[in-house]
Amino acid sequence: MKSYPISIKPFGERAVLVEWPDKVSESILADILDFMDAFKELEIPGWEMSVAYNSLTMVYNQDHIDFEETKNMILECQEKQAKSKMERVQHLWTLPVCYDLEFGMDIEEVSNTLDISVEELIKQHTSHQYVVYGIGFLPGFMYLGGLPPTLEIPRRSEPRLKVQKGSVGLASKQTGIYPQDSPGGWNIIGNCPVDLFDPSKENEPCFVKVGDKIQFESISKAEYELHKIEGEVGIYEPEKVVLNA
Amino acid sequence: MLKVLKPGLYLTVQDLGRFGHRDVGVPIAGAMDVESVKKGNLLLENDENDAVLEITMTGPTLQFDTDTYISLSGAHIVATLNNEPIDNYSVIKIGKGDILSYGRLEKGFRGYLAIKGGFQSKKVLDSRSQFYPVTKSARLKDGDEIPYNKTENYKPKISEVKIEEHFEEKTLKVYKGPEFSLLSDGQLTEIFAKTYTVSKENNRMAYQLSELIAGHSHSMLTSGTLPGTIQLTPAGRMIILMKDGQTTGGYPRILQLSEESISVLAQKKYGDELKFKLV
Repeated sequence: MKSYPISIKPFGERAVLVEWPDKVSESILADILDFMDAFKELEIPGWEMSVAYNSLTMVYNQDHIDFEETKNMILECQEKQAKSKMERVQHLWTLPVCYDLEFGMDIEEVSNTLDISVEELIKQHTSHQYVVYGIGFLPGFMYLGGLPPTLEIPRRSEPRLKVQKGSVGLASKQTGIYPQDSPGGWNIIGNCPVDLFDPSKENEPCFVKVGDKIQFESISKAEYELHKIEGEVGIYEPEKVVLNA
Repeated sequence: MLKVLKPGLYLTVQDLGRFGHRDVGVPIAGAMDVESVKKGNLLLENDENDAVLEITMTGPTLQFDTDTYISLSGAHIVATLNNEPIDNYSVIKIGKGDILSYGRLEKGFRGYLAIKGGFQSKKVLDSRSQFYPVTKSARLKDGDEIPYNKTENYKPKISEVKIEEHFEEKTLKVYKGPEFSLLSDGQLTEIFAKTYTVSKENNRMAYQLSELIAGHSHSMLTSGTLPGTIQLTPAGRMIILMKDGQTTGGYPRILQLSEESISVLAQKKYGDELKFKLV
């Protein structure tokens, strides 16, 4: 596969921003992930990289960098990437969501505004696979793409000062889960009992990776409570399927 | 253990930060004024990454339960050890039961307390920097105890230094940010000709500036942000992300502070003036 054109911009004393074409697209995301794999193969310690949609922020923690030198290194890496495409394991995660009114305090309002029944809203929200285009904003917050246009609704006019951890929200083209208590302006339709960020897991605080997919599954309040307890005692394992096996 | 008798305005444990977890949205956190922390640790012959206490404006009252040595750096906040005045940038011997307390803020905004060997609070994701919910709490409160190792008979190489503070500088050095080219000539003139003041909205996550510049209607895909990234909101508000700042954002990143200038800004408070200079 031919790589997309990239642009490389300086970003302060120890970082660069690498940008792909300005679009939300799975093939662009795949190209970014291929580039990252190729860069990791170079085994240069000290670099950390974070993806968001069509861009990659590359930070060198050990020192200030020379921009031209870094730019050349990145371009060389992109050449190499074109020659050797690596296998990457990606997962489809099924995340349980309880759409009960106790958690989804905006679900009736959303269903009125979108002019679909609550049942239909839940059916649509759970029948799509969402691509993880980035993780940021809060530890473990996933930027998900692929929301059906019928579920697009503007964010609330007044943000709430506190949205409960696990809240599942809708806002324009996005859906997502608040991984911690946070102020927020999304329309809340349910709650996911799974910890998306666990700092005690030193090697992998966040089990989801950029490029994975997420599908929601509607659960009852009783199942919600059960998963919550399983999570607290550390025996909950989110359901996953390997996508590219 | 160091016992917090009173925490003051905002007291946290910080090292130089939590690196390597941006990809899952974890901010770097770490000391706001890295320059001052390095100086304080250097005086005690510590590692520059050894954990210190970051004190914000109003200082705490703290009690030590075993022998050690400390140094104070950063903001000039009147400090006393058992009611005897002590100065920044000198190595001070501490005995069991000693009480360190703080008074009036004279200069700067954030003070640092370094201790021989560094504070030994639990590391989470390779760092002791407090950031909720990566660490269990966002800051220290009454009665908290922070472990440190006992040190007796330490002979400092240098027992005190005269420091020319870096943070009285009013001009912040900036680089072009990724969306710099979106700025109009009018906006550029405004940014670099005017003096700005720090608004009430200033904390470890971000500093907002009081004065607005001309706004914009540019919308962009969410992309990476760093400490020191200056975002411009559609209304024309400049928001400077700091150490606890989010790792991604959706506003144009017009400028990027130099690291040295992040340390300078960390010592500014509500109402302080600043200017920008492109380097």
